[in-house]
Amino acid sequence: MNIWETLVLYFSYPFVRYAVIAGILISLCAGLLGVVLVLKRYAMIGDGLSHVAFGAMAVAAVLGFAPMTVALPVTVAVAILLLLAGERQLIKGDSAIAMLSAGSLAVGYLLLNLFPSSDTGSLSGDVCASLFGSTSMMTLSGVDVWLCVGLSAAVIGFFVLFYHKIFAVTFDEGFATSSGIRVRFYNFLIAAVSGVVIVLAMKLVGALLISSLIIFPALSAMRVFRSFRSVVLCSAAISVVGSLTGLLLALLLSTPTGASVAVVHIVIFLLFTLVGRFRRV
Amino acid sequence: MSLIQCENLTLAYDSGVVASDVSFSLEAGSYLCIVGENGSGKSTLIKSILGLHPIHGGMLTVAPEVRKSGIGYLPQHTPAQRDFPASVREIVRSGCLRRSGMRPFWRSSDKKMADEAMVRMGIDHLAGRCYRELSGGQQQRVLLARAYCATGQLILLDEPIAGLDPLAMTEMYNMIADMNREGVAVVMVSHDVSAAVSYASHILHMGKATSFFGTTEEYLATPVGQQFAHRERGSYGDWNPQFAWDAPNINRILDVRAKPDARSVLGARAVSLDSSVTDTRRKSRRDREEGEA
Repeated sequence: MNIWETLVLYFSYPFVRYAVIAGILISLCAGLLGVVLVLKRYAMIGDGLSHVAFGAMAVAAVLGFAPMTVALPVTVAVAILLLLAGERQLIKGDSAIAMLSAGSLAVGYLLLNLFPSSDTGSLSGDVCASLFGSTSMMTLSGVDVWLCVGLSAAVIGFFVLFYHKIFAVTFDEGFATSSGIRVRFYNFLIAAVSGVVIVLAMKLVGALLISSLIIFPALSAMRVFRSFRSVVLCSAAISVVGSLTGLLLALLLSTPTGASVAVVHIVIFLLFTLVGRFRRV
Repeated sequence: MSLIQCENLTLAYDSGVVASDVSFSLEAGSYLCIVGENGSGKSTLIKSILGLHPIHGGMLTVAPEVRKSGIGYLPQHTPAQRDFPASVREIVRSGCLRRSGMRPFWRSSDKKMADEAMVRMGIDHLAGRCYRELSGGQQQRVLLARAYCATGQLILLDEPIAGLDPLAMTEMYNMIADMNREGVAVVMVSHDVSAAVSYASHILHMGKATSFFGTTEEYLATPVGQQFAHRERGSYGDWNPQFAWDAPNINRILDVRAKPDARSVLGARAVSLDSSVTDTRRKSRRDREEGEA
């Protein structure tokens, strides 16, 4: 059986189709958001939030709720809190994030350890799936996929409708305020969207590898492109192409999904760095 | 009616009061320069006018029609933009945001406005270039074009000439003066007192010990202004390169103020900075030699 036939066979399974659809949508959102997070110097916040999402999912699993119903509101709330704390300079941003990351990770793991899930019966399987996304992408239900579609549509809609405002708020907050843009409101929206995208991205690459999906495409695009619009478009494209390649490789080679996607993004980053070098000379 | 009315204003940070008892008013079409030493609260005042910094006491009113039509703002410096990928066109167009309201896309009138602003500031040939690859003077012109798009009435400039070479400095001053002549009120924070007295109609001097608000002529008659004028006229032993381009004497500057056309003369001096430096040095050496004789 050659590669093509294998792929056709795989695509006859609904869970593979679900995984690909959700993968494309999630990475599109991650690519768009990544540019804003990188340029606003919020990259570490994204990383911290993913750990919070892991903790929240562990709590949901122990309480017997669907993971998303707890993780989504908790992550969005923490994202907004971090933003407010940063504004008022309550705690130094990076230390607060480090505390939060380690804390949520510890609590999450402890909970999963104390109350192992009854369905799988395997602690390491659960933890691995949430941290590295090894299986979660292949176990999506129809409901999960619809949730993905809905949330992704909301995120993409946000970017299209408020594109110019997002640019202004990211480039120069002071000027944006002076021209009557409600900067706090848009920062608040960006934080909320970050929370949503991170919870979604956890499905694809797992909590620990989220930065690879959000930050790498934006950085790759910035190596080569010089205007905001081209960077945003390129980042979204890189994110989708990279994640799709990673997913298919994972299917064909039976490697873990999250790690495969992350490695593909690293390779793309190196390629774009090279291209950027040559363009500059 | 005044565009800005400010009475007994106190500005403070958590660390303490930076300025107190600041009073001034800005009439439509006037040109106010805010001078004073570092840390006297000049930039904070600008931020308070914009609503970026809360006021601690006193009264600061910005006319509602100004709030409505928008204030053009040129921030001091923008460290976050070091590696920001943005083209000149994108940045200048972002000045039209207030006008575009909640619309998600630019109207053709917004684009036209931005194109006009770029032509005006002489940066239309850079429209597609990346902001971070431009020289300091070009970057300031981009930000001025953006501020121009954002207002029809009032523009606030926070040290627009910091770090510019003399030629770029003069170009900047001339562009600002042109906008002012068309009826846009200007508020400029500056360290360059000689430019302040040659371009501005009013001066606000902020200082811990002394503060002053009035017309430029009144300012030059005050002890602080006298001190400055004396420094300008006096010995060139502690010669300050910042004043080189129009320093020789304060009367000449006042002449220029009386005849706006003569401003180009000032501009021409900046181009020949090198020769003016040598002239100044030669003159001071001659003065010294005469003194000794």
